[in-house]
Amino acid sequence: MLFFSFFKTLIDHEVTVELKNDIQIRGILKSVDQYLNIKLEDISVVEELKYPHLSAVKNVFIRGSVVRYVHLPAGAVDIPLLEDATRREAANQAGKAK
Amino acid sequence: MMENLSISDPPLHGGPGGVPSGVLGRPPPQAQQPQQLPAQMFTTAAQLLDLTDKKLMLALRDGRKLTGILRSWDQFANLVLQSTKERIFVPPGYGPDPSRGLYADIDKGIFLVRGENVLLLGEIDLDKDDDPPPGYDLGEVELVQSLAKARKQEEKLKEKSKVRKLATIGFEGENQGEVLL
Repeated sequence: MLFFSFFKTLIDHEVTVELKNDIQIRGILKSVDQYLNIKLEDISVVEELKYPHLSAVKNVFIRGSVVRYVHLPAGAVDIPLLEDATRREAANQAGKAK
Repeated sequence: MMENLSISDPPLHGGPGGVPSGVLGRPPPQAQQPQQLPAQMFTTAAQLLDLTDKKLMLALRDGRKLTGILRSWDQFANLVLQSTKERIFVPPGYGPDPSRGLYADIDKGIFLVRGENVLLLGEIDLDKDDDPPPGYDLGEVELVQSLAKARKQEEKLKEKSKVRKLATIGFEGENQGEVLL
């Protein structure tokens, strides 16, 4: 659940999603769900001419399973908070394992 | 129960459905926007609900592009599309005019798509819908179909030899045996 929560803190920021088929889509992150399906608004496609099917598309829903990377705006990531949360999650996991 | 909610609804009172208190483990800071968003917004259902009854472009795992009106769906992103058309593209360099690409639409009717085959769903901007994609012209269906088929065959062979070469030096492709286009 950590990454789900993490992505929720990035809502309304501009991110670039790179898919496993090499398409890169930049847009405003509008929603994310438990499968890390991602919804982007106002998209622009890197190398748009290579992907004509996206020329009339403004918002996309991307299935989480086809995402390779999400490029984040560095300024939007609260690193101490993320470190905290990671340790907490690790502690939780360790607690469960016992 | 999800069906009756929308993103604009206020958050449910507390409980498991309510605002996650301190998403990353800290108490939610006052008036910080992400934490205030209702939890029901963050479900597959809520995301698809917004797209229902709209004209969409659907990219499938096998490279097909479908357009149609989204009529129904479930939590796995299984989808029902109405008035579906398959749009095929031939990129510049493969058609009669090497500087232009070609596309054609084929009527397909109603489609039920299993969620695992979905790559991406795009909401079509109706203002731009009637314009051909930049660099592309509408072609005759038979011509575009045969050109696309020939090109697909060629790509398949290329991909196959690439995967084989990579395998000899120890790489297993993440989409082995499948061409994602």
